[in-house]
Amino acid sequence: MTIYQEIKKSLLVSLWFMFLTFPIMVIKVNTIEQTIDWHWWRLAGVGVGVFFLSFLWRYAIARKEAGKKKAEISGEEKVALIPRLMGNPRFYIPGLIAALILVVAFPFVFSMYQTNILITALIYVVVGLGLNIVVGLAGLLDLGYVAFYAVGAYSYALLNYHFGVTFWMALPIGALLAFIFGIILGFPVLRLRGDYLAIVTLGFGEIIRLVLENWNEFSFGPSGIANIPKPSLFGLQLSLQQSSIFIYFLMIGLALMTIFVVRRLQDSRIGRAWIALREDEVACQAMGIDKTRTKLSAFALGATWAGMGGVVFAAKTTFINPTSFTIWESIIILCVVVLGGMGSILGVIVGALILILLPEYLRAFSEYRMLVFGVILVLMMVFRPGGIISGVRRIYKFEGQNTIAENNNA
Amino acid sequence: MLKLQNIETFYGNIQALKSISMDIAEGEIVTLIGANGAGKSTTLMSISGVVPPRAGEILFQDQPIHGLPPNTIVSMGISQVPEGRRIFPYLTVLENLDMGAFLRDDKDEIKNDIAYIFELFPILAERRNQPGGTLSGGEQQMLAISRALMARPRLLLLDEPSLGLAPLVVKRIFDIVRKINTENNTTVFLVEQNANLALKTAHRGYVMENGRIIMADAADKLLANEDVRKAYLGI
Repeated sequence: MTIYQEIKKSLLVSLWFMFLTFPIMVIKVNTIEQTIDWHWWRLAGVGVGVFFLSFLWRYAIARKEAGKKKAEISGEEKVALIPRLMGNPRFYIPGLIAALILVVAFPFVFSMYQTNILITALIYVVVGLGLNIVVGLAGLLDLGYVAFYAVGAYSYALLNYHFGVTFWMALPIGALLAFIFGIILGFPVLRLRGDYLAIVTLGFGEIIRLVLENWNEFSFGPSGIANIPKPSLFGLQLSLQQSSIFIYFLMIGLALMTIFVVRRLQDSRIGRAWIALREDEVACQAMGIDKTRTKLSAFALGATWAGMGGVVFAAKTTFINPTSFTIWESIIILCVVVLGGMGSILGVIVGALILILLPEYLRAFSEYRMLVFGVILVLMMVFRPGGIISGVRRIYKFEGQNTIAENNNA
Repeated sequence: MLKLQNIETFYGNIQALKSISMDIAEGEIVTLIGANGAGKSTTLMSISGVVPPRAGEILFQDQPIHGLPPNTIVSMGISQVPEGRRIFPYLTVLENLDMGAFLRDDKDEIKNDIAYIFELFPILAERRNQPGGTLSGGEQQMLAISRALMARPRLLLLDEPSLGLAPLVVKRIFDIVRKINTENNTTVFLVEQNANLALKTAHRGYVMENGRIIMADAADKLLANEDVRKAYLGI
């Protein structure tokens, strides 16, 4: 497309925007003096601004298309910078050591506030990795994921309230309960996929929240449960600060364990079954994969991590009520997965850190926070649909390639 | 090898198969031809367990398989190439083949089989690291057949391999089907709309109409049959 056409199109866009925004930007009625002020200069501002933004947008799209074409011609997909660095031990090992030092030193160097928001971010890392199993690997869109988070949180809170169950006992129990709830959700949605699945899971999430909100005898309703003990460390009496640091390291440990397990799962037989299910359900059955078991295991294992995240969440905040488990929370977790990169572990981690930490640091512009958030999401989906760090599909290697080459030569 | 006895299959309240009986011997290529909506694909799906029959018996090597889940049926040695190819679009050719061997554990044998597939379809070897979705229709069909072969089936169910392909490619694929049949002694059950080519490839054929088998004979006899020629070959 020629430059002339580009300019013409941008001009049209800016004219359209000037027309659209005319009533709100230009006309200002002064109700006291009964006069109308005309802000014509604002119209010019809108025109020029939109013209440049439109130009920028076109330029970016054109660049993206050109990049895609180039990749097609050269026959190989460009591997993103970060996975490439990760693959190179010269960057990978020092990077890992630096990250390790940063992680260990963090709570001692930075303030309590910083440590606390990082704990929250780490909870989202764990929960996001869990959802990544369901959405990223098995391709099942789950909009009610927060229900399992709630199951974990309430199982600790209630078991502690009634039976004095400690955090360390509650962690596996919460995980197990979430696992069971995952299967309970899994059964009715076995035959559903796509939009229908999303709607049903959405309903499931709402059911759990509404039950917690209204069944006062069971969950204490909207007033929630307070005074949930923080995790103990061999019965030591911890100060508030010490206990935060302890939860921080506990979350680091839990996150590492999650990463390890999810990685193993991804490469395992069941991981391959999930990928087949995501790609094509009919073909997946034709391969001899048990669809029922594959779907249920995705829901159940995904839910397990949400349950553990929920237990830690309850222990960290020491107070929970149903408002922490709204649909909005599900969407944030889903955004962590989608924005970070579906099916990519590193992507989900980065996504969680950005999505949870960014709003905290953007508190100064709190009114525009959601606006910025929305704009980032739209831009991401247009320019990087695979997420910040998309899953590296190229890593799969087939060891038999040499033998085949030999066979072909022979 | 495979025996269908009075199979009745329903979609909800609609009866798609009305008392179908069939017999496939080991080492044969048997084809099932018929018009759109006759119930050909449903017959395949009843065998593979995706749409289990409501009545009747299916025996595979004298063992009843009706009512078994699809994955068990695959593990017994019946592999299906679903209609419309259904390859995994974002997995590479190699990964697609690897999925085909999902139920197998013998890594070395899998490698050998992949090598054999690449011999059968050299184009797939060339494209081994390309995502399946970027292949042409014919290549995708080759990949779908190869993927089914990776399960080392004793019975291969092919659902309309000629769908949407150029005549030359179709011919090539049918040649390969015959080759698979003679080289590995794999029994093939072929469902086709392209009656001419299907009957030329197969040993025996069944003709289906409105959920019923209306004719069964040797393939060359069906090819010569006046009614079949009129109805399905357009001659």
